Formats: sequence, structure tokens, C-alpha cells
Amino acid sequence: MADLTDGRGAVKRRIGTRLWLAGGWLTLLLLAAVFAPLVAPQDPLAQDLFLTRLPPFWEEGAEAGYWLGTDSLGRDVLSRIIYGARLALVVALVAGSITCLIGSALGLMAGFLRGWVDLVISRLIDIWMAFPPVLFSILLIAVIGPGLHSIILAIVIIDWTRFARVVRAEAMAQGAMDYVASAQVAGRGRIGTMLREILPNVLPTIVVLLTLEMGIAVIVEAILSFVNLSISTDDPTWGGMIAEGRASVYQAWWVLVFPLITLFLTVLAFSQLGEGLKDRFDPVLR
Amino acid sequence: MFWQKLIARIGTTAVTLIGVAVIVFVVIRVVPGNPVAMMLPPGATEADVARLTALYGLDKSIPAQFLIWVQGVLQGDFGTSITTRQPVLDLVLGRLPATLELSIMALVMAVIIGGIAALTGTRLRGTKAEGAIDVANGMALSVPDFLWGLALILLFGVLVPVFHISGRVTPSLDLPFTTGFYLFESLFRLRFDLWADIVSHMLMPALALAIPLAAIIGQLLKQSLKETMHLDYVTLSRTKGYGENHVITREALPNAILPTLTLVGVQFTFLIGGTVIVERLFSYEGLGNMAIDAVINRDLPLIQGIVILFAVIFTAVNLVVDLLYTVLNPRLRHG
Repeated sequence: MADLTDGRGAVKRRIGTRLWLAGGWLTLLLLAAVFAPLVAPQDPLAQDLFLTRLPPFWEEGAEAGYWLGTDSLGRDVLSRIIYGARLALVVALVAGSITCLIGSALGLMAGFLRGWVDLVISRLIDIWMAFPPVLFSILLIAVIGPGLHSIILAIVIIDWTRFARVVRAEAMAQGAMDYVASAQVAGRGRIGTMLREILPNVLPTIVVLLTLEMGIAVIVEAILSFVNLSISTDDPTWGGMIAEGRASVYQAWWVLVFPLITLFLTVLAFSQLGEGLKDRFDPVLR
Repeated sequence: MFWQKLIARIGTTAVTLIGVAVIVFVVIRVVPGNPVAMMLPPGATEADVARLTALYGLDKSIPAQFLIWVQGVLQGDFGTSITTRQPVLDLVLGRLPATLELSIMALVMAVIIGGIAALTGTRLRGTKAEGAIDVANGMALSVPDFLWGLALILLFGVLVPVFHISGRVTPSLDLPFTTGFYLFESLFRLRFDLWADIVSHMLMPALALAIPLAAIIGQLLKQSLKETMHLDYVTLSRTKGYGENHVITREALPNAILPTLTLVGVQFTFLIGGTVIVERLFSYEGLGNMAIDAVINRDLPLIQGIVILFAVIFTAVNLVVDLLYTVLNPRLRHG
């Protein structure tokens, strides 16, 4: 018995640090993005052919003010990462939220209303699941053209099934419970029951999925920039930096390494935030 | 019962494939920019463009184009690639073996890594090592194949250059192969020198694809092992005096595998979908790399063919896993 409580205490503490680390990194990123003009040491677009491929500050030949080195056009890597955070976070927040809204609504309707609504939505999910998502997003961007709105649209079109699938299953499970029947006996209508009774109980799952989706959105944006379909090539994006870094990896590893680490930490932070919240919401799970 | 289920499943699969075909067909036909204009030299006249547009059937309405395309597909004709002017089917089937080999190698790696993680975690449950495995699992799970691929390029392509990080085989090598399955054919021909070169090229992209799946397998299998370990028959075998290793691998594992299997099916299709960007990352000459080129070149018939092929593979994998599950689960087999 004593072991069990100790175990629980340890688990709780770990969740705490996880949430703090994840939240801390994302806050830092958000601040850097908002105050980019104040924080960034250099102009992210300024090219200087005398300062190309400068190494990061601890290496031989580094130049003061260019902390993480420069790329093959002499642009400052750190400043580009900071400005790139703007696009990444906008995509994460906006695309993540819209996808969440549409996918959850469809999943909730399919799972609770059943009948032909479920039939149509489930068929659509099946069809969507038969598409390779990366190829689908590249195709969509090719069709609707590059740009911020296109990326957001593509993410929404492709990823709504992530929410719809899970929320549908949850809503189905909740719909079979006694409290739902009681609510209907008490005189709530179908839509009322769905929004007032089912939705609050599915909400924790939706929140967790949302944080995961934000991480995924950042990756999708990076993949699209990598394939060179995201934004105009001038604007700094993490994916675009990674593409450049991949091409010159043998000459200047830092051009690849630093955006990659940033992307790693951001994706990890979003998912850890989700995991931490899940544990907070769901004590039974532990 | 079994046959009824099979027929119903094949029915929904057909609906899914038709849905995919319709969506791709409509989506790629709203692509701005005339693909035909791109393939002609700058001096081409209006008449040239019109003639070529008619040749590819692009002057007809979208429903009419779709019907013509379906007619062709039913006769095994997927159209002609606009950029290479070869039959789409030949191009796609030429690249398919490379992608299949990569996916299967990744799947095998994922099962091995995930299986070892789950078994070790179960054996060492309650210790610090279990916690470490869980943390590693969680990290592997939340970072996608694209990032693992880049990390592997840096680690084993640049920092400690032990593996190839570009291409499928060293270009200067003389290849005696008659099929596209280089990995398997080199083994059959006992050309171990070639086999080693091919494996060295495939290892990093396959690992990038395998890591997230390995984490999922590890997590699920461990969870279901944990549940199985509490069942009476496992306790019984323990009282019989069997050691812990025997109990885990011989008694608990066979029953714990089944729930993992269904999820691995869906996850395997995600892995195959991941080949698109991972092949691009490693310049691996498979379907996915060809697909991205096709999109960039606006090669409509080719894009169509590749997407349909991916959809066929996905639905086939799901079908096989469903059937396998029915066959393996005695409760479903007789009921």
C-alpha cells in the first residue's frame, strides 16, 4: 500500500515537470515570435556575401552578433529561427483550432446522432484514411497555390479525421451511458443532450487531441516548406531552413541542426502538454 | 458468416476506392496552369496546345474525362505520363518494389524494436529501467518520421558517416537484377556485396519510418502484456514453477499479441504514407519521390495513378489485417 502511494506521488511530480517544461518552451517561443523585431539580433532577410556560412559562436571563425552562424547567403540563423516561429505558431494555433472545431463537430454528430449522418461521415473518414496524408497535402497546395491561408486550409482538409474518428468513438461510448438516457427522460432534446451532456464529457479528449494537432500542424508546415511549396521562399520558415540545411549539410551543419532542434522541441512540447493534460483530466488513467 | 463478412468488407473497400478516385480526379483538374502548355517549347502555337490538349483528353468535361479514365483502368490502362510519355502503369509498377521493400523493412524493424522494448519493460516492471523505456517510448511516439529522418541524416550520414543517406544503391555498381525487388533478388542471387550496399542505403530511411511505429507497438504490447499478466492462467503457470522469462514469452505473449495486431494494421498504412516524405529526404527512388516530382511537374495522369495505387495498398493492408484478426481470434472464427 505504501508503495502505491509513493508510486503515485512520483508520477504526479513527473507530470508536473513535464507540463512545466513543455509550457515553458512554448511560452518562450510565443514571446520570441511576438517580440521578434526586438529579440532577433539581425534582420532575418539581410544577405551578406562577406559573411556566408559563419559557424556558431563557440567555433573558430565565428562572428560576434551571429550566435548560431549564418547560411549560404549570409543570413543569420538565430534571427531566422525567431521569425520562423511566427509562422509556425500561427499555423499551429489557427489550423489546429479550426481542424479541431470541424472534426470534433462531425465526430460528435456521427457518434451521437448515428443513422445516416454517421453513415455518411464514416464513409468519408474511410475514404480520407485511404489517402497518404503528406502526398494529399502537397497535392492540395499545388492546387490552391502556396501561402499561409493555403497551408491552413490544407491542414484542415486533411486532418479533420483525426478528431472525427476519436470523438465519434467517445460520443458513441458516452451515448450508451445511463446519464444520457436520464437527461432525455428529463426532457432534453437530442441536440441539447449532445451539447450539454455528451460534449462536456468528451471535451478532455478533444483538448488532448488539439495540443497534438498543433504539433502536427507545425510539422506539416515544415514538410511543405521543405518540398518548397509553403510560403514565398524569402520569408523565413523552419521547413525552408531545414531544406537549405539538408542541401548544404556537409559544408555547414548548423544551418540544419538549429532549426531541427527547435522543431524537435516544439513538437515534443505540444505532445507532452497533451499527455500532461490528459493525466490531469483523467485520474482513472493513472 | 466468414464469407458474408468478407463480401461486405470488399464492398466497402470498393466504395472507398471509387471515392478516392473521384476526389483525386476532381482535385487535380482544378490545378491552375495548363500542364500541356508546360510541355511544349516556347514557340508553340495555339493550335499545337489545342491538339495536345485533345490528345490527353483534357478538352472534355470532368465527368466525361472520368468515364474515359475508368474505362481505361478497367482494361489496365492508367493513361500516359505527361512528362515522360510512358504508360503510367509501367512507371508506377517500376517504382512500387522500392517502396514496398522499404516499408516492409521498416515494419520488421518496428516489430523487433517495439517487441524488445515491450518485453524488456514487462520483465523489468517496477524498476527505473521500465521508467526509462516509457520515457523513450513517449519521445519516439511524439516525433514524426520526417524529423527522425533528418536526425539520422545528421548522426549517421554526417557526424559518424557509416551509412548511405542518399539513393537506393551506389550508382556505379553493375546491377544484374531482372525484378525491382533489389533487396530480395540480391539475396537469391547470393550477391552479398550488392545486398550489403542496398541495406546500407535502406537502413536509415527504414529506421526513420520504424521509430514511431516501434513506439506504438512497444506501448500497446506492454499494456496488453500487463493486463494478461494478471490473468489466472498466467498465475497458474507461475505456480507450476516456470521462470519469469518463460511466463512472459510463452504464456502471456501469445494472448497479448492479438489486440496489438489490429492497431498495427492501421499504423502500417500510416508508415507507408510516411514513405512519401522520407523517400524525398533520402533521395530514395520509390513511389513517394516520384509522386512529389509528379505534383511539381503537374503530371496529372501520373499523380492520379500513384494516389490510386497508395489507396489500393492502404485498403488491402486493412483488409488483410481484418481477415487475419478473424482467423487468429478463435472467438470470432466460430461466431
